[in-house]
Amino acid sequence: MAVKVRIPAPLQSLTGGAAEVEVQGRTVREVIDALERNYAGIKARLCDENGELRRFVNVFVNDQDIRFLQGLDTELGENDEVSIIPAIAGGN
Amino acid sequence: MKENVWLRYQRQMLLDGWGEEGQRKLANAHVAVVGAGGLGCPIDIYLVAAGVGKLTVIDADVVEETNLNRQVLHWSNDIGKPKVQSAVEKLRQFNPQVEITPVHGHLTDETVDDWLKDADIIVDALDNFPTRQVLNRYAVKTRKPLVHGAIYGWEGRATTILPYETACLACLFEEGPPPSVFPVVGTTPGMIAMIQATEVLKLLLGIGEPLFNRYLIYDGLTMTFKTVKLRRRPDCPVCGSSS
Repeated sequence: MAVKVRIPAPLQSLTGGAAEVEVQGRTVREVIDALERNYAGIKARLCDENGELRRFVNVFVNDQDIRFLQGLDTELGENDEVSIIPAIAGGN
Repeated sequence: MKENVWLRYQRQMLLDGWGEEGQRKLANAHVAVVGAGGLGCPIDIYLVAAGVGKLTVIDADVVEETNLNRQVLHWSNDIGKPKVQSAVEKLRQFNPQVEITPVHGHLTDETVDDWLKDADIIVDALDNFPTRQVLNRYAVKTRKPLVHGAIYGWEGRATTILPYETACLACLFEEGPPPSVFPVVGTTPGMIAMIQATEVLKLLLGIGEPLFNRYLIYDGLTMTFKTVKLRRRPDCPVCGSSS
């Protein structure tokens, strides 16, 4: 299933500047693996060595935080949109 | 006499829910803006323009040339001055009715209570995550509303935290990103600053719908605004049931 993924500003250097990309995946985990196949290096920015999301990275399916769903195993449906939202610290 | 004093606020007092009563609420309010950089400068300008009674401006840095593309209260001849001094000099000329207190120093667990205990609302205009965590812990502990903003490049974020009612910063992010020098164009903090200043005014007036449990994500390149829903985490180390 094709899913739209929102790429945050700090990771857009890995997607050739694209703020939104489309990949295949039935779960959030599959979407991250698909992102890695298309944009090598992105998974390490999102996940730790155990494959779990880094603690400063949140993922939302539509407007819901996957920590309150099934985490990386959250299933995706037609027209679902995945947003990667890492903490950003700038302000000055 | 009062009419003359408040003439500069006439146009905003025409708004529903504002009037003299609303302007009095602002005049009696004390807002602390932590950070006098890209976010802090426009926030300060618009809060002073709107006539908040007291403003505390906190920052530890001095003005550098690389600040000048975005920190709009700091001008070429301010290089080398403490940012709070540079900011306050202009803000006092802009609206002498506002009582403005500059604080030049680092906000820490040791200093935060001294500097923020009299504030009704705290505004996060910081440039790093560890100090944001200090601010978040303090706001939750003292149950003061905290208006958060952050930026990176063309992207900005904002949410308004009402301790124990809404998700706090630690509910949202379990830890901060690795430290880095971030790219930034001045319009991004400008946009987020306007959202934060608007949130402060709404909170003070008690009108509208603040960004409670909503995380606003602004992307200047695609010119889109998206909001996602936030929730309090029961296991949040700052505001959770076990904290």
